[in-house]
Amino acid sequence: MSEHILAVDRLSMRFGGIVAVNELSFSAERRKITALIGPNGAGKTTVFNCITGFYKPTSGAIRLTHDDGTTIALERLNDFRISKQAKVARTFQNIRLFPGMTALENLMVAQHNALMRASGLTFLGLIGAPSWRQAEARAIDLSTFWLKRIGLLERADDAAGNLPYGDQRRLEIARAMCTEPALLCLDEPAAGLNARESGALSELLLSIRGEQGTSILLIEHDMSVVMEISDHVVVMDYGVKIAEGTPQHVRDDPKVIAAYLGADEQEAIAVMESET
Amino acid sequence: MSSPSPAPLPAPSHAARNSGPAFILKKAVLSALVALVLFSLMIGVRTEAGPEGLLIYWTRFGELAAIVAAVFGGSIVIELLRQWIGPVGAAGLIPAWLKDLMDFAGRWLTPALLVFTFLIPVIFYDQRYILDLAILVLTYVMLGWGLNVVVGLAGLLDLGYVAFYAVGAYSYALLATNFGLSFWICLPLAGILAAFWGVLLGFPVLRLRGDYLAIVTLAFGEIIRLVLINWQSLTGGPNGVTGIPRPTFFGIPLTPGDDGLAAMLGIEFSPTHRVVFLFYLILALALLTNWVTIRLRRLPIGRAWEALREDEVACRALGINITTTKLTAFATGALFGGFAGAFFATRQGFISPESFTFHESALVLAIVVLGGMGSQLGVALAALAMIGGFELFRGLDQYRMLVFGFAMVLLMIWRPRGLVGHRAPTVFLEKNQAISSDLVKEGHG
Repeated sequence: MSEHILAVDRLSMRFGGIVAVNELSFSAERRKITALIGPNGAGKTTVFNCITGFYKPTSGAIRLTHDDGTTIALERLNDFRISKQAKVARTFQNIRLFPGMTALENLMVAQHNALMRASGLTFLGLIGAPSWRQAEARAIDLSTFWLKRIGLLERADDAAGNLPYGDQRRLEIARAMCTEPALLCLDEPAAGLNARESGALSELLLSIRGEQGTSILLIEHDMSVVMEISDHVVVMDYGVKIAEGTPQHVRDDPKVIAAYLGADEQEAIAVMESET
Repeated sequence: MSSPSPAPLPAPSHAARNSGPAFILKKAVLSALVALVLFSLMIGVRTEAGPEGLLIYWTRFGELAAIVAAVFGGSIVIELLRQWIGPVGAAGLIPAWLKDLMDFAGRWLTPALLVFTFLIPVIFYDQRYILDLAILVLTYVMLGWGLNVVVGLAGLLDLGYVAFYAVGAYSYALLATNFGLSFWICLPLAGILAAFWGVLLGFPVLRLRGDYLAIVTLAFGEIIRLVLINWQSLTGGPNGVTGIPRPTFFGIPLTPGDDGLAAMLGIEFSPTHRVVFLFYLILALALLTNWVTIRLRRLPIGRAWEALREDEVACRALGINITTTKLTAFATGALFGGFAGAFFATRQGFISPESFTFHESALVLAIVVLGGMGSQLGVALAALAMIGGFELFRGLDQYRMLVFGFAMVLLMIWRPRGLVGHRAPTVFLEKNQAISSDLVKEGHG
């Protein structure tokens, strides 16, 4: 069994003449939290969209290895199959819940494929077969479990669009978890959260890794979250990887600081030396 | 895309800015200008063919001035009324006691309507006109419920729904006249054929959204109608199909003969029997549509339709196959349209392409939109209002359309999201509370 759940190999993505991602290689360890960071416009979300099938990469390979050893070439799967077959779930930078549906319904929609099978492609469900009823009850149990985990059980029957922003963020993560993914991809989960909420988010993500054993790949700008929970950090700038390693290691890398400060490397080294 | 900000507050500054006499005057002048442009040709100039075929025309500037002045005055009155009533919204317009009454009515409306519908043939047994009208209304209720699956649940704007109605009607007509198949065999076949055409329409429009989808479905409706007109050898072209067999009571004809149902039951024959039978037939079909739709909403496929309406990208990220989800929505909607078409054919005994014009599609769509997209009760009420209400204005002759159009505009101002705008959740843990229409998306594809 491979140690790495996700291996990205020389991934490139071009939009016309613009190279958004250039020969990027990195890997994410199983049952670990891998963070993908970098300044705005570094190409992080493009990498995400390639991994989750929203973009077809120009070149390169993305390999996902499941616990049982089966390997799936994600760049060949498209669209909904990434979630259905490869078991990769994602959230979005700007929350994409179903605002007119209740929190519970949002989580039920996430279990679509399992429920579709249980309902005999609708026909068993239409006649109300007992096997379908049991499957539905189980799905509601799973939803309830996740609502409890994110502290939204009281608001289960409220429209998702009516929930406060922080709750919507957590609900989107719970919805992604309801697809029972092997790899959870989070696009800036802490964006717009206050300190207390991002603290709760960190706890949630650590418990997802610990209890569900789900590997997590996240893009994040909130460095306190990244430093607190990541096991491994990959830093991107202008579509290429500029550094990789533990949070500690990355934080002290002059290249990373240069990228974030928008200065060149020599200046960054100078800044670091003057500080010490 | 959901907005992170809380529900928008009523902006006081906005109201204050839009209340001065200058604003009212500006608005009135603008309205008068539009009226001037519109009516200068329609009313200002009157043309007629002269005795030798020459065009003679004369101007009517007096009438034109009167109309423009009326629009100017009317605009001021409406704006003053609006400010007098306060911020626009149903909440301010309805007093509390009326709201309580409406809540009470809302709870009992559905069962009361259902019981009343069942009793219609008993109450109005001697009034053929009302029975025929009730059958017509129920046909449109069924069509509305069918289209509701596509437009209301899945959020796919379909302007060519009449195509499936036509496919159902012609399927029954041709199968019955050419092969002598009975109504009860043809009914499912007509539905399946219509569903098949629904899938055929679905494939090319999978990637289209909004306006583009609407145009293609509109064209599809027209294609079906033109094929029906021009394929003379099969469909009889503009002459239509005549002599379509009437439905039988499971094989027993409703005729005055010895083998008819009346003779078998030992009662006196009356032509009303068939009308009553047709009434209960369409009622059963409509209730079947309703039952299936309600069941489907609580199944994963129904939830996927609604999720698709809310956010297609999120659906894809959750592993929902957009293609099959859209196609099943089209097919389900078309299936019910096909059933309704088969019923239409057997009721009329004669069909021609004239019955399947764009006007029908628009009417059914108006019923769905007016009723509140996705609401079963709303669609039924809207069908009653659109078809029954239209008959009410029959005494007004040529002003019928005008009054009717005006009523619709008023209704859409009062309830922009339809009669029943809120959405009922498909599953709940503790409390089954309706979701405000502000949050529910209309769909974009």
